[in-house]
Amino acid sequence: MRVLVVVRQVPDSTTAIKIRPDGQDIDRTGVKMVVNPFDEFAIEQAVQLREKRKDVESVTALIVGPAQAAEALRTALAVGADDGIHLEDPAFDKLDELQTAALIAAAVKAGGYALVVLGKQEIDLDSGQLGPALAELLDVPHVGAAVKLMLADDGKSFTAHRRIEGAEEIVEVVLPAVVTCDKGLCEMRYPSLPNLMKAKKKPVKVLKAADVSGFAETVGALGGTTLHTFQPPPERPPGKMLDGEPEQAAQALVQLLREEAKVI
Amino acid sequence: MTNDILLFVEQRNDQVHPAALQAVTPAKALAAKTGGQVVACLIGDKLDAAVAAVDQMGVDRIVTVSDGALALYSVLRYRAALAEVLAKVQPRVMLLAATFMGRDLGPRVAARCQAALATDVVELSMADDGTLDVRRPVYNGKAFCHVRFPKDRLAIASVRPNAFAAPSGGGGAARETLAYAPAAGDERVTVKEIAKAGGAIKDVTEADIIVSGGRALKNEDNFKILFELASELDAAVGASRAACDAGYQPHSRQVGLTGKTVTPRLYIACGISGAIQHLAGMRGSKVIVAVNSDKEAPIFKLADYGIVGDLFKVVPALTAEVRKLKG
Ligand SMILES: Cc1cc2nc3c(=O)[nH]c(=O)nc-3n(C[C@H](O)[C@H](O)[C@H](O)COP(=O)(O)OP(=O)(O)OC[C@H]3O[C@@H](n4cnc5c(N)ncnc54)[C@H](O)[C@@H]3O)c2cc1C
Ligand SMILES: Nc1ncnc2c1ncn2[C@@H]1O[C@H](COP(=O)(O)O)[C@@H](O)[C@H]1O
Repeated sequence: MRVLVVVRQVPDSTTAIKIRPDGQDIDRTGVKMVVNPFDEFAIEQAVQLREKRKDVESVTALIVGPAQAAEALRTALAVGADDGIHLEDPAFDKLDELQTAALIAAAVKAGGYALVVLGKQEIDLDSGQLGPALAELLDVPHVGAAVKLMLADDGKSFTAHRRIEGAEEIVEVVLPAVVTCDKGLCEMRYPSLPNLMKAKKKPVKVLKAADVSGFAETVGALGGTTLHTFQPPPERPPGKMLDGEPEQAAQALVQLLREEAKVI
Repeated sequence: MTNDILLFVEQRNDQVHPAALQAVTPAKALAAKTGGQVVACLIGDKLDAAVAAVDQMGVDRIVTVSDGALALYSVLRYRAALAEVLAKVQPRVMLLAATFMGRDLGPRVAARCQAALATDVVELSMADDGTLDVRRPVYNGKAFCHVRFPKDRLAIASVRPNAFAAPSGGGGAARETLAYAPAAGDERVTVKEIAKAGGAIKDVTEADIIVSGGRALKNEDNFKILFELASELDAAVGASRAACDAGYQPHSRQVGLTGKTVTPRLYIACGISGAIQHLAGMRGSKVIVAVNSDKEAPIFKLADYGIVGDLFKVVPALTAEVRKLKG
């Protein structure tokens, strides 16, 4: 069986977000880009499967993004993916999440992947659309936000756990399928220096719009949202500090929560 | 396409998810703009109580798809059923709640029905020409942006829990039922079991109020005082990663970047310094209270109300005050 892991490059989670003066994006100068943390779980999961099971032939890592995104692909290769696909074309920059899913579906449809793993959401746009949409477009089942994944011995199905409100859903799924990973699925190992060097020699196929058959039709059929007017979070009025002995402060707080904030 | 607004009302075991009722509010506002109706849709097996709860919210029509095969949520079956409802109702906009189910179902249905989608939205408006524009948090709440929908296709938006208050007053909505037509291959996903985590204690993702504790609690036993306050407030108990890593609480209660993201009405942080990774999980809370002995703790920068003091004295005093209030 062949496994595909879809990754994305995002600003590091500790980045201070500044908005461009024109408000149409964030200011990306000097922002450190990393592999999307949820995708790290996906990479590790895919590589572990290949290491543990004879029936897993290969792990391919795929990314959609500008030239710089090749770095994230290298990280996946250094952790253990065998080869890479880089979908790189200015025409891809304007795609929204559903259209990106359509692009990826068109590019991998013929690839014969039994399992596609990716993060449950990207930590930049936080939209979480790609995994389920990709599954729908590939006409396969998916499990969203999985915290546990157990492949059956015969390699035809798996059991997964996913968190829901106050509980876990335990689901059985027939392959081929898509799994989006929540944190905790398995922590990504740190790629070693020799493996980073080896990753440079692993094959990466760069695909342009013209190389993806059906690109225009598939992508034109859905999605099409546009982002505009980025804003900082609403200002919180300066907090009120409550002084005095614990009993007085507690009394004042409870009164404010009831009468001013109206939350209890 | 009609001018109607379809609302997918999530239920489990005939109990409606509160976030789905909250989404009736923006659905009504959009319908007022389009001149259409609010159509609620419920999918499941036994739906009487859930339908009654939705009828209380004053929607115009209620469409149900009920079938034994839909008793437990299964993404393939639910997406097929919902796509049927969409084909029947032909709404201008569909809303659903951005819960675990809504996040799972929304993108699938959007892809299946060739719609456009924005998730986790906190504001919605429709221009006179019918263009939907929504506002949503990005970068973990460190910024917001607007999303404009294309005009010529179905727009789907999932609504962030607690971004709106549920309306009241209603009854007498028109009822309709649709049969579930299983599609080939829908059985490729089966939900085997729902394993309850933590028994009767509320989960942080389902609570309107969260009392959270950090490293300052020092051990598991001391968390008792937070559970006492939580029980008075009908709240869930959360924890920082430091507290979870030290074993004071299970990781299922961890709030933050590598824990859960929560947007309760009230978040009370006790003995939590306010590291950026913790804030990442709770900055969307409506009202934030911090109790910390260090007046320089970063959590106070975000807090609406702060008490500088020893949590071992302040928390029991708060519990006593809330108890007094509730008589
Ligand atoms: C990649 C990454 C991911 C992370 N993800 C998360 C995450 O998801 N969630 C998370 O929470 N953290 C996360 N962290 C860790 C985070 O950086 C902090 O280390 C953690 O949040 C600190 O927890 P704390 O506030 O409980 O502890 P501390 O920072 O030690 O703070 C304890 C606070 O308690 C106060 N205090 C002490 N005694 C008392 C008392 N008697 N009464 C009142 N106040 C008292 C102190 O003044 C202090 O402010 C992550 C870190 C990394 C690097
Ligand atoms: N441009 C992209 N290229 C590759 N993978 C992506 C891209 N955008 C999103 N993803 C993947 O889809 C997951 C969910 O993304 P999203 O649907 O955008 O929240 C991410 O964690 C990535 O694994």
